[in-house]
Amino acid sequence: MVRIRDVTLSFGDKLVLDRFSIELPGEGVICLSGPSGCGKTTLFRLIAGLIRPQSGEISVGFNKISYMFQEDRLLPWLSALKNVEAVLPPGEKDRAGLILSELGLGGELHALPSELSGGMKRRVALARALAFGGDLLLLDEPFTGLEQELMEKLAAYIQKQRRTIYVITHSEKEIELWGGGTIRLKGPPLRLGE
Amino acid sequence: MPRWLKTALAALFWLALWSAAALYVSQELILPSPISVLGTLLELCGRPEFWKAALLSLLRIFGGFAAGTLLGTLLAVLTARFELMDALFSPLIRIVRATPVASFIILALLWMGHALVPAFMAMLMVTPIVWESLRAAIEAVDPELLEMAFIYRFGSLKRIKLVYIPSVLSPYAASLATAVGLAWKSGIAAEVLSLPRLAIGTNLYYSKIYLETPSLFAWTIVVILLSFILEELFAHLLGKGRKKRW
Repeated sequence: MVRIRDVTLSFGDKLVLDRFSIELPGEGVICLSGPSGCGKTTLFRLIAGLIRPQSGEISVGFNKISYMFQEDRLLPWLSALKNVEAVLPPGEKDRAGLILSELGLGGELHALPSELSGGMKRRVALARALAFGGDLLLLDEPFTGLEQELMEKLAAYIQKQRRTIYVITHSEKEIELWGGGTIRLKGPPLRLGE
Repeated sequence: MPRWLKTALAALFWLALWSAAALYVSQELILPSPISVLGTLLELCGRPEFWKAALLSLLRIFGGFAAGTLLGTLLAVLTARFELMDALFSPLIRIVRATPVASFIILALLWMGHALVPAFMAMLMVTPIVWESLRAAIEAVDPELLEMAFIYRFGSLKRIKLVYIPSVLSPYAASLATAVGLAWKSGIAAEVLSLPRLAIGTNLYYSKIYLETPSLFAWTIVVILLSFILEELFAHLLGKGRKKRW
């Protein structure tokens, strides 16, 4: 479970969170939906420990968090395979090729990110997040640029991992696809929607 | 027109111009002809001292270059990582950069043996170039990749190997390519003033003293040729390094 209590955060003059509180469940899939710039990604960054709030409390009941960023953030000098291998411990490198193949990238293992399409890069980033493991998976707009059929396959594949998953998405179709709970947000500053 | 032919024609043009100017001046002391310089150069190549001088100059200056590269790299890492180190070393390095080469050569002549001065000068020229370029490159490493490394729990070594080194490699290599030329020129200048026993710079100096202008030209050609070879060699080696997949 993630508990956020009275958290305030601003970037310069921009107030992103103003005494914001929320509790996110410790299991299942939760979609966070809301307009662009309302503070959803900031919420993920707080949960992942990338930023600290100016005030308030955040309690994260997970030991290891895997985070698929809104951007691919692949190492441009490493092949798709090496990008995934990079997050695996030495004895488990074999899993990288397996996961990439299961995500339909078996033919692109040795391609550099610059040689991949936008959708392929998203899948490599997803493979990396899945390979890393952890008990909480944060997915920030994971299916941007992917076709419906592929989205369905990927959502099913990710759910097979049986982990707690929080997903940021704008798409109602995607929310349906995940089939979990949905939290509507608005802002800034971030607050619960209807 | 093929590239080699263009280069050959350009070289021929400048040689013809040089020959015409030498013919017009008609004084070997002021401007020797290309034929006379070539004759001197061939004569020099026949002497073992010529090769010894060239080799020792190369070794001295390359030693200084290597030391400057190491020192510049170390300082760049320290000043990028620790604010205190930055406050301590940044002004010093800026002063070194702004000080005339001649002042340092004269000071170095007072501080150390003559044979060490060229290496010291090469080091002094290389250090600020490598430091400045590498430091800027370290500071420009993509923060998004660093966040990714934090999330996926990269240890220090993995972060250096997979994020920092590939990120800084290109500007670092470019700075080394610039520095090698500067090290060579400043090293030769230091030899002219410090006069080590066997050195290109020492020969340049004596050519001037004994008014052997063809010899002065011949040694200058040697300096230029070695500079070209060094820069090409470096560009080739660094180009190979940059193309490497990690």
